[in-house]
Amino acid sequence: MEITKLTVHELKEKLANKELTITEITKAYIDRINEKEKDIGAFVTTLEEQSLQKAKEIEEKVKANEIKGALAGIPIGIKDNICTKGIHTTCSSKMLENFISPYDATVMEKINNENMINLGKLNMDEFAMGGSTEYSAFHVTKNPWNLNKVPGGSSGGSAAAVASGMVPWALGSDTGGSIRQPASFCGVVGMKPTYGLVSRYGLVAFASSLDQIGPITKDVEDCAMLLNVITGHDEKDSTSENREKVDYTLSLKNDVKGMKIGVPKEFFGEGIGPEVKQKLEEAIEKYKELGAEVEEFSLDIANYALATYYIIACAEASSNLGRFDGIRYGYRTPNYDNLKDIYKNSRSEAFGSEVKRRIILGTYVLSSGYYDAYYKKAQQVRTLVQSKFDEAFSKYDVILTPTSPTTAFNIGEKKENPLEMYLADICTVSVNIAGLPGISIPCGVDKEGMPIGMQLIGQKFSEETLLNAAYTFEQAIKFRENYKPEFKNK
Amino acid sequence: MSKEDYEIVIGLEVHAELSTKTKIFCSCKNEFGAEPNTHICPVCMGMPGALPVLNEKVVEYAVKAGIATNCEISRNSKNDRKNYFYPDTPKAYQISQFDKPLCENGYIEIEDENGEKKKIGITRIHIEDDAAKLNHNEFGGGSLVDLNRAGVPLIETVSEPDMRNSKEVENYLRKLKSIYEYIEVSDCKMQEGSFRADINLSVRKKGAKEFGTRTEMKNMSSFRSIVRAIEYEADRQIDIIEEGGKIEQETRRWDDVSGKTFSMRDKEDAQDYRYFPDPDLMAIRLSDEYIENIKKNLPELPESRKARYINEIGLSEKDANLLTASKHLSNMFEEASNICKNHKQVANWLLSDVSRILNEKEMEAEEIPFTAEELAKMITLIEKGTISSSLGKKVIEELFENPKDPEEIIKEKGWIQISDEGAIKEVVQKILQANPQSVEDYKAGKDRALGFLVGQAMKETKGKANPQMLNKMFIEELKK
Amino acid sequence: MKVSKEEILHIAKLANLNLKEEEIDTYLLHLQDILNFANIVNNAPVEGLSETIGANKNYNVFRKDEIINFEDNEALLANAPEKERNMFKIPKVIQ
Repeated sequence: MEITKLTVHELKEKLANKELTITEITKAYIDRINEKEKDIGAFVTTLEEQSLQKAKEIEEKVKANEIKGALAGIPIGIKDNICTKGIHTTCSSKMLENFISPYDATVMEKINNENMINLGKLNMDEFAMGGSTEYSAFHVTKNPWNLNKVPGGSSGGSAAAVASGMVPWALGSDTGGSIRQPASFCGVVGMKPTYGLVSRYGLVAFASSLDQIGPITKDVEDCAMLLNVITGHDEKDSTSENREKVDYTLSLKNDVKGMKIGVPKEFFGEGIGPEVKQKLEEAIEKYKELGAEVEEFSLDIANYALATYYIIACAEASSNLGRFDGIRYGYRTPNYDNLKDIYKNSRSEAFGSEVKRRIILGTYVLSSGYYDAYYKKAQQVRTLVQSKFDEAFSKYDVILTPTSPTTAFNIGEKKENPLEMYLADICTVSVNIAGLPGISIPCGVDKEGMPIGMQLIGQKFSEETLLNAAYTFEQAIKFRENYKPEFKNK
Repeated sequence: MSKEDYEIVIGLEVHAELSTKTKIFCSCKNEFGAEPNTHICPVCMGMPGALPVLNEKVVEYAVKAGIATNCEISRNSKNDRKNYFYPDTPKAYQISQFDKPLCENGYIEIEDENGEKKKIGITRIHIEDDAAKLNHNEFGGGSLVDLNRAGVPLIETVSEPDMRNSKEVENYLRKLKSIYEYIEVSDCKMQEGSFRADINLSVRKKGAKEFGTRTEMKNMSSFRSIVRAIEYEADRQIDIIEEGGKIEQETRRWDDVSGKTFSMRDKEDAQDYRYFPDPDLMAIRLSDEYIENIKKNLPELPESRKARYINEIGLSEKDANLLTASKHLSNMFEEASNICKNHKQVANWLLSDVSRILNEKEMEAEEIPFTAEELAKMITLIEKGTISSSLGKKVIEELFENPKDPEEIIKEKGWIQISDEGAIKEVVQKILQANPQSVEDYKAGKDRALGFLVGQAMKETKGKANPQMLNKMFIEELKK
Repeated sequence: MKVSKEEILHIAKLANLNLKEEEIDTYLLHLQDILNFANIVNNAPVEGLSETIGANKNYNVFRKDEIINFEDNEALLANAPEKERNMFKIPKVIQ
């Protein structure tokens, strides 16, 4: 039995019937990290000793009946922009290279309450700004399906770690597609929950009104299980929704008969790769076979949403990243005589080019004289995008689109052309703009064997419908059984 | 042209720290004077990932302030970020309110220079977080940041440019301070910085319609420095204009030692605060019911107390005004009166000797070190004849220096009044013998001589003799 | 909208970033490119639409006025680049 190939629901079962022990599982993952991390580079921090130690403790306590809980002893990987008390939280930035959080993010408290084991902190684009993980200040993460390709981003470390079996599942964060796009590039499942469903307390903010933490998992059932753990109202986050807890695993009915699926034709137009389009069309056929009612319709918002996204995200980021000033924590330049030098030199030396680019853009659109033309307009467009989605959801249960216009691109291919990199977010950003839930699941591979992702979008708090739609499709095509990453340079 | 040809135009921005238990956006204790960086958490120190949650009491207190200053209370309000870098601002933005403050369009009534009533408009009252404190390091050089004050809740009260001289400013500030004290939203201690005024001042030729260019002055920590700063700055601006110069719109810092204002920021630092709605916080929507409820439970305001003092207790308008100017003074008046049942005497003592000493010491009423009970006790001691009222003055002075039970003070100091007839008689006879000329004068019909004799007797007894008894006994003796 | 070199330098100053001479042109080019694209928001049919501030529409999210002390004060100061007497040390500033 290859432990690291199992899903979490399989691990859970084997723990329950004592086929496996907690330490065996943790040990297997540590071995896997030692084997694969040198090729992939998914981690910023690995916690080998601590996690093995913790595994032993939890195993003892479970034996002594001191703790219960189906997920006790299950390992996990955490994106490095989620604060972990006493453990480095770097956001893959030189700015926070030595930063140790004095507190746990609310999702970490929940993970710890389940007695899960943190295997380490996962690489990302610096401060979650990027779509390839090439903007990590530390190292590039490689796509397990082809080591010459990017894993996507910004949660590239999380997706690559799950795809390569170095963690059974992981947490990512999604501001404009940062969970779904890397999940798509790496052939795994990634979900961006409805805004407000998961607490943002302790998630280092990129764009406060768009950020959301979510699961990256091997399959949809694991996704539902991890969502169960991390959702819930949090008094420390004013934007957190106060709703009754739901058991998402109960929504996996393997049945989409009568489900109304809308396919917005604008999401299949120019710029969408032919192979992506073809696999999506096959997926649509599959849904029809499974008894769903699929209909094409018009949702002409993608470009507006993308423009709005970059205005709002950068504006909020320019303000959110002001606190990195070299005074209370984080990088302080050695080159200073006065306060102004500390500010300017610390920030200029420790932020990477993409972060600076977005701070400049965000500062520009908020600055006097431009606010009305950009930021204010963008907020109105945001209302427009929401109302168009509302309209669509009066007819459809789920909207189906590609997750990304293309499969994973080559490392270095887009790094020097920011606008091109931004345009690759065209399918995912409108979901964040409208605060909706979205899930990406694999629906096939291209000629090069690279995974293609399908995105399902639901109305607010319709995670159960989305999970069921994704699950039913997954059960029908059995992607994981048919395709596996090869860990090769191709 | 001379100074008299100019009119001074003044508007104020007053920051009052709210006396909530906790800070505005986190659960840290809101307390002045704690050890540096002991009331901090990830939120108020601007740690990565930390998020603000608004303290419900802050909204309530701001609405109270709005109602007490005749403002319209906004049904829809929000919080905005004001972005700027400074070491006292850990998030690099202040969470304030830009275009939808909680309260707007109010006024308060003050007395102008001539004692006439005048309305001063309140443009707005909004909520925001206070900045950290920067301490200067005398030894190692550099400055030290203490974040205890970061996130303390503030209301900023912005007035219309309705004031014309320093007296009106002082009256406005005293009035505003007393209102905030009465409704218990702030302790308004200027010396602790919980009540701070920034002054926007411009000058223009009398009769001109347009306002002149204004400057903003900061860093005045007492009423006295506010008055001085206004006078200095008005003169400075008039001099510049008289010399054909132009006033720069800028922020200036008052320096109490030199008695001057100085430009604060270098000019290339044009500020652009890039206000935008804080996405971490939700809108504030207040219902009529919420506002009505606060209105109903608002403590008595100075105007109403004043009316009560005039109509029910029979104080003069002037005395009632003075007493209600400070909540502390007014409370002391009520408490002491309740104990000793002598309103007039309590008012007299508070407005004469107590106020005089406060003035001499440049103290505010809330700094009075003794209690209402101690004051009442002293008045009772006078009434009972245990001490004379001139001894009472000494007791008050002692209460400022070393507050304790007045009975103990007079025992310790040996100030108990001599009311023993034999002892008084002894003194009277001694004084009569020593002043035969006065005795003759009195007998010749010069009543003034009696006063002199009583004065001598008081001097002899170091003020301890009962004056009524002295008077009576002198008259009796002189008649013999 | 055309962005000038002066503007980008002003913006960099507001954001407390130094731009090296050789970086300015690149940033200028990128900013111009992105703004040209972002400009399409000005063609969107938004007349009469309100502005959306956050992604959800809740309001009056308040906290009770109750003191909770942060449990690990030491950890809050542990990341400071320079401190003295439990305070964060910076070069001298006049307030």
